[in-house]
Amino acid sequence: MAHINETPILHKGTAVNDDAAAGITGRDIRLSAANLFIAFIALLIGGFAGLLQGLVRSGFFELPSWISYYALLTAHGVMFILVLSSFFSIGYLYAGTSRVLGGLANKTIAFGWAGFALMTTGTLIAAFLIVTGNANVLYTFYTPMQAHPWFYIGLALIVVGILLNCIGMFITYQSWRKRNPGKLTPLFAFFANAVFVLWVFASLFIAVFVIAMVIPWAFGWVATIDPMMGRTLFWAFGHTLVNIWMLTSISAWYVAMPKIIGGKVFSDSLARVAVVILVVANVPGGFHHQILDPGLSVNVKFLHVIQTFMIIFPSLMTAFAMLATMERTGRAKGVTSLLGWWKTLPWSDARFFALIVAMFAYIPAGLGGIINASNQINQVVHNSIWVTGHLHLTVGTTVILTFFGISYWLIPYLSGRKMTPTINRLAVAQTVIWASGMLLMSGAMHINGLLGSPRRTANTSYNGHSAAADWAMYEMLMAMGGVILVVGIILLVYIWAQLAFFAPKGKTDFPIGEDYSPSDASPLFMDRWSIWMALATVSVAIAYIIPLIDFASGHNPGSPPFLMP
Amino acid sequence: MHIHRYEKLWLIIGSLILAVFLGILAFQTFFLEMGPPSHAEMIDPQTVRESEIFADTELKEIGDNEYEIAIIAEMFAFQPGDLEIPAGATVHFTLASPDVTHGFKITDTNVNVMVVPGHISKVSHTFDEPGEYLILCNEYCGLGHEFMANTITVK
Repeated sequence: MAHINETPILHKGTAVNDDAAAGITGRDIRLSAANLFIAFIALLIGGFAGLLQGLVRSGFFELPSWISYYALLTAHGVMFILVLSSFFSIGYLYAGTSRVLGGLANKTIAFGWAGFALMTTGTLIAAFLIVTGNANVLYTFYTPMQAHPWFYIGLALIVVGILLNCIGMFITYQSWRKRNPGKLTPLFAFFANAVFVLWVFASLFIAVFVIAMVIPWAFGWVATIDPMMGRTLFWAFGHTLVNIWMLTSISAWYVAMPKIIGGKVFSDSLARVAVVILVVANVPGGFHHQILDPGLSVNVKFLHVIQTFMIIFPSLMTAFAMLATMERTGRAKGVTSLLGWWKTLPWSDARFFALIVAMFAYIPAGLGGIINASNQINQVVHNSIWVTGHLHLTVGTTVILTFFGISYWLIPYLSGRKMTPTINRLAVAQTVIWASGMLLMSGAMHINGLLGSPRRTANTSYNGHSAAADWAMYEMLMAMGGVILVVGIILLVYIWAQLAFFAPKGKTDFPIGEDYSPSDASPLFMDRWSIWMALATVSVAIAYIIPLIDFASGHNPGSPPFLMP
Repeated sequence: MHIHRYEKLWLIIGSLILAVFLGILAFQTFFLEMGPPSHAEMIDPQTVRESEIFADTELKEIGDNEYEIAIIAEMFAFQPGDLEIPAGATVHFTLASPDVTHGFKITDTNVNVMVVPGHISKVSHTFDEPGEYLILCNEYCGLGHEFMANTITVK
């Protein structure tokens, strides 16, 4: 990649507007805080739904007749995967962008609140229909299962709300670039913009599916729907969502972590390259959820496997950059021994501790992901509870622990308070509790999945079959893990309430790392998102043109709806 | 842009491992024909029960210890019910759904395929080990999903 030497790079990747560093404006705070508030409520509801599921599946508990296991499962999935993750990401990325770009644009605030209103309304509609048993379709809502038609209206509102937030982010990002010609955007803003670019890609797939296909069909205006088309469009969204969370999380690893440990960003340019590869290569990864589907040829599936594997490359870069950041920080403090820098890390700082535990979880999480995406190997684990275990390592541990770590500076930053040593100790304990609960639950899920136990299935002995009898012990471990995790959630909510309303007043900084050396600065064209969006479109086209044309021209007679009461 | 030589080394080794791994997957898929079930044929879900293929869901012997069976995966059962075959038998399963999406998983084997309405799925397996295998639906298909299971007894 050529370095543009003619243009002096005035603004380093992480340079910060000094006025902004003094504190963000009240209106930016309110927008972020509102998003975080919904995220926290979603955590509570989704968490308790998860606990009940664990207790039901292991046979500890029987649900009253007015609610089904699958309603809880739907609530758990929708609350965590759609609601918690999107509201939290928006709250965090808007606050960080406001911090590094010197405030959000007026229009951004307007789009932000409009998006918030739509997303919140959509969430309320969806949640109401789930709890009243009118949407037992799980968060994947595979057609031709049909929920109450308004459930899809709720989902569509969430998606459109997210798109409005995307526009909001792009306005602030581009207006900063216009006001600062010849300057590179701060690294955090680059990450934030990348997340919202991915969101555009993800949302378009799901918007086409829900608005153009599902809603007309669910309201009875169209007689049938093509379930394979639906699966394909859903997973183009669903897997992109996974990398939206990952990208949000690693923004904290790359930008905040160096500052927290008293070091510098390892390499501004390599961080941006990792981001760009994730954005460009990401969407086709969705196809590895369909390796065992009919109607896709072996050759096309293998092409998708190769495309999915492209996402591993930026993860390798991230792994290197994280350890290199930590080692260099230690060396700068005078450590000379091979591994002595490891001890100089601020292990007792909850902000760092939560992040590094999240990073450790990413190692088995990533390996499990490679297994899932490995074509024929997928047959061993597909739709077994192994996959649920994988999801709880990736989203449930890596992403969520990173979000928890972020909240330990984000909430006091927004509330104008300071973390006390006591809250910090509680937060370290929370991290340990969360990690142990997940280790137990996710470990048991992985083993049980290899033994053949299916995911998304209520408690059953399969007529006393011996195979199912072998799963019982692991189901009990899963439930125990769930209990530990709920203790973690209660502790976390206590910490959040303290940080938001009761901790002593003071100034908390949003940690933004500083660049390492001028030679590591990115060339300016990295900020030209038109290039990366064009490349991403090409990668989407390579993966999707053949299957989508196939489905559209395959004369699929289509399926009528099957209402899931 | 500057890339540290350790990072170069790490990325090159990492990419090589991935390439070798993909090579093994490709070899198994294309030369050993171990690719995932990927049947292309389509069927109208509303006519599955009357169709020629699924009108008769009996186990048929088509060769030396080789069987063929058409199975309807529906809410919340596999039709026909429990199966019995001799040890060492190879069974070719043909599946379709008249209603929603189902999964077809036989525990203790690698038989695992999605049954999506509108498409016919095919999967084959040789049952060498005697025993009672559990067939279960591993894709959520409605409030009775957990009851959707059969057995296949290998004697």
